Amino acid sequence: MYGVFVLRPIALTVQYSFYDWDGVGPSTWVGLDNYRRILTDPDLRDSIVHAFELIVFFSAVPVLLGLFAAATIRRIVTSRLAVTARTVLFLPQVIPLVAAGIMWSWLLSSTGLVNQFLSAVGLGGLTRPWLGDFATALPAVGLIGAWVLLGLCTLLLLAGMSKIDPTLFEAARLDGAGPVREFLSITLPSLRQEIAVCVTVTVIAALSSFDIVYISTQGGPGNATTVPGLQVYYLAFAERRIGTACALAMALMVLVLAAVLPIQWLNRKGEE
Amino acid sequence: MTTGRGEAILGRALLLLLMATTILPFVSLFVTALHESGTYPTGIEWPADPHWGNFRAAFDAAKLGSLLYSTVLIVLGVVPAALLFGTMAGFALGQLRMRGHRLVFLVFLLGLTLPFEGIVIPLYYQMRDLGLLNTRWAIVLPLIGLFMPFSVVWMRAHFVNTPAEVSEAARVDGANLWQLFWRIHVPMARPAVASLAILLFLWTWNQFLLAIVLVDDPTKRTMAGALGAFQGQWGTDIPLLCAGSLLILAPTLLVFFAFQRQFVAALLAGAVKA
Repeated sequence: MYGVFVLRPIALTVQYSFYDWDGVGPSTWVGLDNYRRILTDPDLRDSIVHAFELIVFFSAVPVLLGLFAAATIRRIVTSRLAVTARTVLFLPQVIPLVAAGIMWSWLLSSTGLVNQFLSAVGLGGLTRPWLGDFATALPAVGLIGAWVLLGLCTLLLLAGMSKIDPTLFEAARLDGAGPVREFLSITLPSLRQEIAVCVTVTVIAALSSFDIVYISTQGGPGNATTVPGLQVYYLAFAERRIGTACALAMALMVLVLAAVLPIQWLNRKGEE
Repeated sequence: MTTGRGEAILGRALLLLLMATTILPFVSLFVTALHESGTYPTGIEWPADPHWGNFRAAFDAAKLGSLLYSTVLIVLGVVPAALLFGTMAGFALGQLRMRGHRLVFLVFLLGLTLPFEGIVIPLYYQMRDLGLLNTRWAIVLPLIGLFMPFSVVWMRAHFVNTPAEVSEAARVDGANLWQLFWRIHVPMARPAVASLAILLFLWTWNQFLLAIVLVDDPTKRTMAGALGAFQGQWGTDIPLLCAGSLLILAPTLLVFFAFQRQFVAALLAGAVKA
């Protein structure tokens, strides 16, 4: 099964990427032209740039906020509240990304909750249709991703923190270390593996994002929120430019590997 | 500890804030779903006259009955097969360690990072050539393959930690390979298999890309794929869209609450292994 439905398609993606093909008629060999197009066509290049910008929201925000939240929550981790929180913070992971996309499209719309809240606290001047504004559409999409991934990261990091020997914290306190010092010299180094996991999972989610963008903006306004996954879909199934689509799909696979392997390698090296 | 008190209060406050951020979107969705169909409500606002009938209308509009049926069929097609292959391959890699097992494992490990977008185009033409486009097989077969890396890596992690003495003892008692696998190792692996089943269920249910590319008819798709179509059709009727979204995400929530302990444990462990 793996061979027929995963490895063979990968090989075919490589093969198609060197041809100019509309999916129906004859195909012609064009060598590296499709790859050249990715680098020169501004629409395609932008989609890759957007994917990297999304990393900031999908990875950096959940991991940093998650670290902060987990470090703050650690002390009360056995309370009833924290047990409930485990369930609640998981909800975004369970529902389909499509549902998260629809939900947030509504929250971020001109009459949605976000604008209602801003007006209520006297920031009515900021209100706008967040997903329809060129300046805010991409961060707004990123916010949806951050919402989905924050709970997962927080819980993963909390699980990691609960494995740290509590006497380490007490020793640090006796030595007069404050919360910040304690966080930097004990918590952070002990969480190396969990952080690597969070970063890996979220970076993959950012680079190969499709569901959320497709539902909330379809790449718009203009091309402000196109991502490689979405472009692959449009190129192949709307514009019938199979070769270019496959070249972009290849670029995406390579990018994911290029982003993930160094993280794993750093993590391994750190353990030795 | 003297510093503990203030920090504990801060921790509680932050936790409550995080929980509120997580739950508010659901509340907004729910409240909006109760407004009159076709109107444009604002944010969170309890309607003067709640329209519970919207759920009924959305149920009919989304053909939710046949959708559930379709998704259950797809899940039944994917999950048992993926479990079987994953367990067998994981056993081979973790316990038997035949020649080349390192290389095979590496191929699966790399497969973990594979974005589905990377292979969806050839899959489309492959399915067309097999005459399976627009059937549920077009979703089931590739998903079994695409879940292989995770299933194999997951089950290998379990079998690697099973002591080799268990196998040796069984061999001494005259068990052949087949018996060794089914009688000894599969029963021992039950918790790992159960967690894997939960994860695979969830990922099948929520699969979107393959569903919209390979199957045109929304009633033959997964729940998530159908929700995409529902949005396309009813996207301008916000209360109805909210009601439909809630109905479509409700089953995952029900399963989640039923198995929440295993669920959280499985997803956290899954992330670490992946």
